[in-house]
Amino acid sequence: MNLEVVIFGVMFVVALGCSLAMLFAPNAVHVALFLVGAQMALALAFLLQGAFFVAAIQIIVYAGAIMVLFLFVIMLLGIDLRESLIEPLTGQRGVALGLGAVLAVGLVFVGVQGADLAAGGGDGAAALTELNQGPGNVKALARALFSRYLLPFEVTSILLVVAMVGVMVLARRISAVENDRRAGVPAAEEEAA
Amino acid sequence: MNDLVLAAEGASADHTALAPLIIALPLASAFFLMLFGKRIDRLAGVIASGAIGGAFLASIITFGSVVAAGHEAAESHRFFDWITVGDFSVGFDLLVDQLSAVMLLVVTGVGTLIHVYSIGYMHGDARYSRFFAYLNLFVAFMLILVLAENLLLLFVGWEGVGLCSYLLIGFWFEKPSAADAAKKAFIVNRVGDFSFLLGIFLLVATVGSLSMVAINAEAGAMSAGVATAIALLLFGGATGKSAQIPLYVWLPDAMAGPTPVSALIHAATMVTAGVYMVARLSPVFEASGEVALLVVGVVGAATALWAAVMASFEYDIKKVLAYSTISQLGYMFLAQGAHAYSAGIFHLVTHAFFKALMFLGAGAVMHALAGEVDMRKMGGLRKAMPITGTTFLMGCLAISGIIPFAGFFSKDALLAAAWADGRYVLWAVGVLTAFLTAFYMFRLYFRVFEGPLKVPEGVHVHDVPPTMAAALIPLGILSVVGGVINLPGVLTLEHFLEPVVGEAQVPEGAIAWVLGGLAFVAGALGIALARAVYLSRASSLRRRKAYSRAPGLVDAARDKFYIDRIYGYGIVAPGKALSSYLANVFDPRYVDGIVTGTGRLVARASENLRGIQTGYVRNYALVFLSGAVVILVIQLVRVGL
Amino acid sequence: MSVAPGFYLVLAGLMFAIGVVGVLVRRNAIVIFMFVELMLNAVNLIFVTFARQQGTVDGQVLVFFVLVVAAAEVVVGLGIISLIFRYRVSSNVDEINLLKR
Repeated sequence: MNLEVVIFGVMFVVALGCSLAMLFAPNAVHVALFLVGAQMALALAFLLQGAFFVAAIQIIVYAGAIMVLFLFVIMLLGIDLRESLIEPLTGQRGVALGLGAVLAVGLVFVGVQGADLAAGGGDGAAALTELNQGPGNVKALARALFSRYLLPFEVTSILLVVAMVGVMVLARRISAVENDRRAGVPAAEEEAA
Repeated sequence: MNDLVLAAEGASADHTALAPLIIALPLASAFFLMLFGKRIDRLAGVIASGAIGGAFLASIITFGSVVAAGHEAAESHRFFDWITVGDFSVGFDLLVDQLSAVMLLVVTGVGTLIHVYSIGYMHGDARYSRFFAYLNLFVAFMLILVLAENLLLLFVGWEGVGLCSYLLIGFWFEKPSAADAAKKAFIVNRVGDFSFLLGIFLLVATVGSLSMVAINAEAGAMSAGVATAIALLLFGGATGKSAQIPLYVWLPDAMAGPTPVSALIHAATMVTAGVYMVARLSPVFEASGEVALLVVGVVGAATALWAAVMASFEYDIKKVLAYSTISQLGYMFLAQGAHAYSAGIFHLVTHAFFKALMFLGAGAVMHALAGEVDMRKMGGLRKAMPITGTTFLMGCLAISGIIPFAGFFSKDALLAAAWADGRYVLWAVGVLTAFLTAFYMFRLYFRVFEGPLKVPEGVHVHDVPPTMAAALIPLGILSVVGGVINLPGVLTLEHFLEPVVGEAQVPEGAIAWVLGGLAFVAGALGIALARAVYLSRASSLRRRKAYSRAPGLVDAARDKFYIDRIYGYGIVAPGKALSSYLANVFDPRYVDGIVTGTGRLVARASENLRGIQTGYVRNYALVFLSGAVVILVIQLVRVGL
Repeated sequence: MSVAPGFYLVLAGLMFAIGVVGVLVRRNAIVIFMFVELMLNAVNLIFVTFARQQGTVDGQVLVFFVLVVAAAEVVVGLGIISLIFRYRVSSNVDEINLLKR
């Protein structure tokens, strides 16, 4: 029973607990907070596996920036109301839970059985530790990112630009008249006539 | 000495230099007139005539350099690549040799005169400038046809002149008869063009080249069967364009167009395209042995006789001339069927002179008589219209084959060639046709120009304005002296054309004089008969007597021997019936049935499938998940759960 | 003695399944997005786990790409949600059933 196993145990419980809590929390803000918790726990899991830089990014970008964005939208829209837990679609919840259970069982099975298959029997932990101690985790990552993965890296930049332009188009302020027209509200003059 | 040789080579090296200019001048003028014609209005005729005149001058220079170059004058030049696919390449290739040089002179020379004539004739027409634009465009396409070195370019010209013919026949499209005639000409020509295209395809498949020089060089290597098939298909195209049996029916109707058009397109140039094409590809026709040439000769002779009979019964002066044109074109093919290509071309040239002249004369008559074309309402016009009457008489004497007019020499040349080739039956048909030709031409002449003056009421007869006379007089002179280009014994034109179409057989010695004499006598007899029936005092009595002997025959002839009706019932009516069945029964019931049936099936199916479409995104996501889970389970089972 | 990769994978699988169920049962569009994020996080965990197992950093590099895609998706998705909210004053996906009509 060494330290790593203890930390893993805590991490496991927190991550799973937060995820489950997300399911049952009626308030969107609470859901977001539980998600942050789960992501923190995952950052811990990354640390345990020697992915130091990714762990830092997980906290800063994910749990930090992206989740703040979520909360910002929630607050902006003012919908921090309770969501009714009654399911209006018949069968939706039951079938979803059933299928989810099957999926969970299948994925757990894959996790238990498949890990060894993928590894080809060996464990590369030692090699990764060596890599982290040699050039260092960040340098190793940078080398891979800017050599072997340079093209995908550049492609993601295009993706980001497209997303940026797209969201600007979506968020563009539309004039009130235009807004009415799009919403199908007849113009004032027509009503008067 | 060396300098002289170099100079000669220098001269021979640039026959083709002016060729693009000859085409470009009328083409540019045509486009200019189409774009700006409305604005310059009266100037259009002058510009158009000037463009053709320029082309004529360039043609004379080209002709001069071809003559100077002597026997080996043929020269082709690729001005730009047109289609290049792999190692198959077609260019804008122009060929200048003796044959195309002669054709250039005819097309641009007669074309210029007719343009000048049109300035007077079309004066006051609402679409004056458009007329000249079309006329220019026609000349440009005709020149492409004549100068083309490959069959594809020739086909461009071939279709182009067909298009212009359509546009000009239907120039007065407000008249339904003109519009119908234009459509008829176009559709009948399409039948011939289809055959022509098939011939071209077969040639390309056999020789692998569109170049006519290459085709003619390799024609000898073709098997007789293939060569026959190609020659007959090509000749099928010629029967359409040159109005031979069975596709001649469009030409009489084409007279609905303005008269200068009839003169230029439907007498002097376009309709001779088939004759030119056969002469140009004569090695292919020769390669087929005797079969194709026999067909050409027989079709030509039959057409010549048939059209001459029709012309003898027609009252419309323009239609008489149209049938006469068909008949003379038949003569040309008759000659070509007897290997006498140069005789065919000779007749083409002289015919261009005198037939253009007669059409223009007929136009002058119509001009004077407010558009009247029925010869029964005319008479004695020569005194009122001396220029027209005299020049028309020149044309009639020329076509009737009277010494020393142009037509005598050309007709004698081709009849002699038929005799020399041993086609005595064709020769006999030719002589009979010569007799009929003289008869119907002088029937026309006597009725219109001689006897007591007779004009439709309320018409003041006047002779032609100067611009029209400027065309009539040169053509009249050419009809008289045109024969000098190929006098028997000297045979200038034949020797000139020999490098292109080969040597023709010519009868030697006394027989030549006998043949010439017979042709002359046939013509003279025809004139005498016409005089007896139409000009003498007892003429109307004789006519009534002749009619009472065979009324059925005359009535049948007046109805064009029911050919249009036979075509109508035999070909057009079944076609219409088939189309109306397809349009009114097959299409709505079966085609539309399939289409609407498919539509209904989809509509019904979607109506039923609609139930499972809730419109809720989460439902769709659930379906999506179930698919994913199914795949996961399948994969797990495969690896062995 | 380190924890075997299989345990991490089991955790990732469970989280992924929870994310799927969440997407299906929740109705608030923003919440649904958060469950999508949870699923992406689960996948990230798998990448990092396999990176350790293989002894390379390639899996970790892939996490970056997932991160970028997630960021882009959140930006566009939230943009759409706020737009819908502008017209419907609701972020309940069950009220967005134009497909039905």
